[in-house]
Amino acid sequence: MGEKRKIELDYSQLDSERMRLNVGPQHPSTHGVLRLEVELDGEIVTDVIPHVGYLHRCFEKHCEKMEYPMVTPYIDRLDYISSMNNEWPFIMGVEQMMGIKVPEKVEYLRVIVSELNRIANHQIAIATFGLDAGAFTPLLWLFRDREMILAILEKLSGGRLLYNYFRVGGMAADIYPTFKEDVLAAISQVRKTNPEILNLLLLNKIFIDRTASVGILPADVAINYGCTGPMLRGSGVPYDLRRTEPYSIYDRFDFEVQIGKGEVGTVGDCWDRNIVRYREIEQSCNIIEQAINQMPMEGDVKEAFPKKVRPPKGEIYCKAENPKGELGFYIVSDGKNNPERVKCRSTSFVNLSVLPEISKGYMFADLIMILGSIDIVLGEVDR
Amino acid sequence: MGLLNRLNEPFEGGGIVLGTVEDILNWGRAKSDWYLQFGLACCAIEFMAVNAPHFDFMRFGTIPRTSPRQADFIIISGTVTLKMAERIKRLYEQMSEPKYVISMGSCSNCGGPYWEHGYHVLKGVDRIIPVDVYVPGCPPRPEALEEGMILLQKKIRHEAIFNKRKRIAEEDKKLGLNIK
Repeated sequence: MGEKRKIELDYSQLDSERMRLNVGPQHPSTHGVLRLEVELDGEIVTDVIPHVGYLHRCFEKHCEKMEYPMVTPYIDRLDYISSMNNEWPFIMGVEQMMGIKVPEKVEYLRVIVSELNRIANHQIAIATFGLDAGAFTPLLWLFRDREMILAILEKLSGGRLLYNYFRVGGMAADIYPTFKEDVLAAISQVRKTNPEILNLLLLNKIFIDRTASVGILPADVAINYGCTGPMLRGSGVPYDLRRTEPYSIYDRFDFEVQIGKGEVGTVGDCWDRNIVRYREIEQSCNIIEQAINQMPMEGDVKEAFPKKVRPPKGEIYCKAENPKGELGFYIVSDGKNNPERVKCRSTSFVNLSVLPEISKGYMFADLIMILGSIDIVLGEVDR
Repeated sequence: MGLLNRLNEPFEGGGIVLGTVEDILNWGRAKSDWYLQFGLACCAIEFMAVNAPHFDFMRFGTIPRTSPRQADFIIISGTVTLKMAERIKRLYEQMSEPKYVISMGSCSNCGGPYWEHGYHVLKGVDRIIPVDVYVPGCPPRPEALEEGMILLQKKIRHEAIFNKRKRIAEEDKKLGLNIK
């Protein structure tokens, strides 16, 4: 372990025919309907061309036709694993344009639901990555814990997966009586089972052999391609919007930005990206614990609702830290009920663009691991 | 069927059950359906949750298969775009008879939230392949998908499979195909 596994090719010495292989769109390890056109030299990947658009659902067109509150359900369906986090930057942008200051209780509630959803997202990311490597048990264990978090979010918003919970100026519904106890119970369950996943999957010798020193993403390449989230932090760059440009009330919480250190291989390999996700689950638990203890339990979450959501003429770019990275919405308003234009800076699309760069020179089986470690969601790639 | 519970008066010499071949065949077919492991969009995450221990899809006798050749039914779990539609049609055609389709979620039922302005969304997967069971919801709860599975099993139990096979063979003959 530790040595560089990338195979350097001297093409002048080889005399083999290149093969073009089609992976997807129906393939168990493409995490959705992504199609990869892979050029192989024997078993070694020489080129990868991702073909996207199999789930293009016309998000930006819908934004132009819908009124502001009607856009939120479509934002849920971008990155459908972390809906709560998706809604936040859009709602925050509209609120900033209209000059609305939301109550303290709403800010805390937003932090709590977003961090709960971040845990659920990272659990799915680690579970499906394990599945790509051939580990089935972590998926079953992580989905068991995820149900506890989904139960809380369902009681709050009414939806299991797509919530439509954020509103301009507040939240759709108030907390329920046993909210605090439920959240604390879910956190203690996550904290209890998290080390099991570490021992079962992430520190497993087979898993380390598959992922250490595979798909190394150097920090400068990551920055040049615009990667964010665990992709960038796995390469050793401590860039987290919650810390570098604190939005909402994130400056009040004490948490550490996790970066990859190359503990079992090289900095920026597949294992680093996943250990960052694993450690962020712990950090999210810390944030939720602080937030639930500071949160004012009295108060109305619908206090600051505007009579009509109609931002003044202007434009804004609002961003927030999604579990997958920086998600931003560029909203142009012409003073009407519906936005004139909404541009989504989607995390997964930007992160996916680095795939051809980091997968050249590895074996074909490693390509599956590299793709899994990027943690893409096709709803967000194709929009 | 409670046959194994008759401990006081066991069936001497093994016992005999009378029934039509079709009934017994359908009874077996309904309890072991293999599905194509295939996810499209948001509903696929709920579909994964159904497979997970909390809901445990395998108690219906289902096993995921990665090849359409080995699958008995396919769950269309999510939005079908025009680019994906031809792929889905090909996947359905690759499956061997008898084959069934569950349409999961509003998107594949009718276009769902993308009905009005979705210029790239197929307004219902039943425009390209025949659907047996529609499961409503956006996304459907896991319990709803389980009910859809029970409905599909009911349909298979009461299906006149031999007549259907005969009809398909005659239709193929008319088209000039020589499929046995």
